[in-house]
Amino acid sequence: MAEQVSEEEALASVAATAPGMVRLLLGNRVAVIAGLVVVAFLAVGLFAPVLAPRDPNTQHPEAIRAAPFWQAGADARFLLGTDSLGRDLLSRIMYGARVSILLGVAVVLLTLVAGAGLGMLAGYFRGWFDAVMSRIVDTLLAFPFLIFALAIMAATGPNLMALVLALAFKGWVDFYRVARGDVLAARAADYVTAARGVGASTPHILLSEILPNIVPPLIVLATLRMATIIIAEASLSFLGIGVPPSIPAWGTMVADGRADIGSAWWIATFPGLAILLLVLSVNLFGEGLRDVLDPRMRKS
Amino acid sequence: MSRPLLQVRELSTQFSTYRGTLPAVDGVDLTIERGETLALVGESGCGKSVTALSIMRLVRRPGRIAGGEVWFDGEDLLRKSQAEMRELRGGRIAMVFQDPLSTLNPTLSVENQIVESLQIHGFARGRAARARGVELLEAMGIPAARERLHSYPHELSGGMRQRVMLAIAVSCEPELLIADEPTTALDVTLQAQIMDLLARLKEERRLAILLITHDLGIVSQFSDRAAVMYAGQIVEQAPVGDLLEEPLHPYTRGLLRCVPRVGRPDIPLTPIEGSVPDMVSLPRGCRFAPRCPEVMDRCREAAPALCDRGPERSVRCYLYRAAGQTAARQGSA
Repeated sequence: MAEQVSEEEALASVAATAPGMVRLLLGNRVAVIAGLVVVAFLAVGLFAPVLAPRDPNTQHPEAIRAAPFWQAGADARFLLGTDSLGRDLLSRIMYGARVSILLGVAVVLLTLVAGAGLGMLAGYFRGWFDAVMSRIVDTLLAFPFLIFALAIMAATGPNLMALVLALAFKGWVDFYRVARGDVLAARAADYVTAARGVGASTPHILLSEILPNIVPPLIVLATLRMATIIIAEASLSFLGIGVPPSIPAWGTMVADGRADIGSAWWIATFPGLAILLLVLSVNLFGEGLRDVLDPRMRKS
Repeated sequence: MSRPLLQVRELSTQFSTYRGTLPAVDGVDLTIERGETLALVGESGCGKSVTALSIMRLVRRPGRIAGGEVWFDGEDLLRKSQAEMRELRGGRIAMVFQDPLSTLNPTLSVENQIVESLQIHGFARGRAARARGVELLEAMGIPAARERLHSYPHELSGGMRQRVMLAIAVSCEPELLIADEPTTALDVTLQAQIMDLLARLKEERRLAILLITHDLGIVSQFSDRAAVMYAGQIVEQAPVGDLLEEPLHPYTRGLLRCVPRVGRPDIPLTPIEGSVPDMVSLPRGCRFAPRCPEVMDRCREAAPALCDRGPERSVRCYLYRAAGQTAARQGSA
């Protein structure tokens, strides 16, 4: 029995060392490409004010619903055309990347820290804290996420802070469950007993001994959650209760273009494609990460 | 007369299970002098490891120390606060475990794990700690110690790992080392190397060692005295030579008959019949009675006490009458 476990552990620990992890990840071509796309989106969002050819909110009444450059009715100034108010689509998509990524990162970080922190405490100390937390988590799991976020946003109106909280409200649950389960297994590990045997304190054991061992699944989960959050934000924005209308967001843009889909397909299509590409890339990158970090997945 | 470094009295550790209370350690008495090696011998599940963990106060739920005293250099460890215990663990008392792969943290480098202990006990920090790490690894006979510092546990061989564990254990110059089956996970040639290393550490650092093992070969070579444990109790305690020459308890004799002797193929190996009793519902009398070849009626009626047989020997068996008075000491309240 010990033999099998040690082999698996050895495999896991190859990935656990940072250089080994990077090496394995670079061998996965899909993950590398997906990662590059994500980085590109990140760069575009970050440098949108520099990169965007026009102001995203300036209306050009002379060029309403201008077509993308390769179609008849194109305006050379607007590469991907304009929307029904004559705003440059390309610039709006670039600025839209900011909202999607910023919200995604903020919500994921918030839920990761809160969920993993609570999960580690519950898994390590068990007792009443674990009992109470786990009941709360069970209750939250029974909530339909999007409907719940919808209710919150409907109550507060479009507002970035409320949006982050609405998206984070339930998102921490997944991190909680993963962290709790892994800590539950790790606290019984020999290396924890050994650490206590050299006089390590409980905070030290949690942060220095156990945390490095449970980080890989959390990173994978965080990446995959990011994709979900981006979609959720776009959905809420599409419904008009996500990002305030003054900020260009992909979901809002898709909604704006919906009425014109027959006559000006590009208005809804390009932001839709942006969502698709970013979410797909994040997911593929996340799966690549999982293959590298999770030995159970690597076997298959 | 100096007081012993470690004196365990009437130590009892119980585990609560769904079926009832399991007395994993039941009234164990042990004494270790400075610089002495005491071997604690017994089959798997007899309570050796739990005894060790109890001394360190590392027993976790559902287990708990139910009673007794653990005197270490004049202080009862069972009355110390958690903070005081943390200071002792890895400081004055160190522990080495059976499987070095699972006791080393797979995600931390060797350096991290050695330096960690040094830092916890304020022994050394930063550059000094790293230098001491190299020094320790070299002292443990690890070649290219400086490079090894950056290795992760899975990159080391089994013997290397156990050397690293020993380096961590002795890093803060402990007075007592509890070695829980330190060589069980290693192959025979490595066993000898690690045991030699332990013996050297004992000589050089006047280290007292509680050596937990089921290997009588190791006991005979590397310890001064031995205590044989069966079903949570000490059944016999003696200097190693005496124990091997003239085992008193039928269980000890049985154990010795299970070990092949080199050059004596004429002596047949005989296993001890039966198996370890169910610890939740123990027999009324002697715990070894159901397997004992010399069982008498009274053995099934009442459990024998540990009786002194000479100044350094004691045995828990009705076959022997106490030389002097019984060893049953009164635990102070």
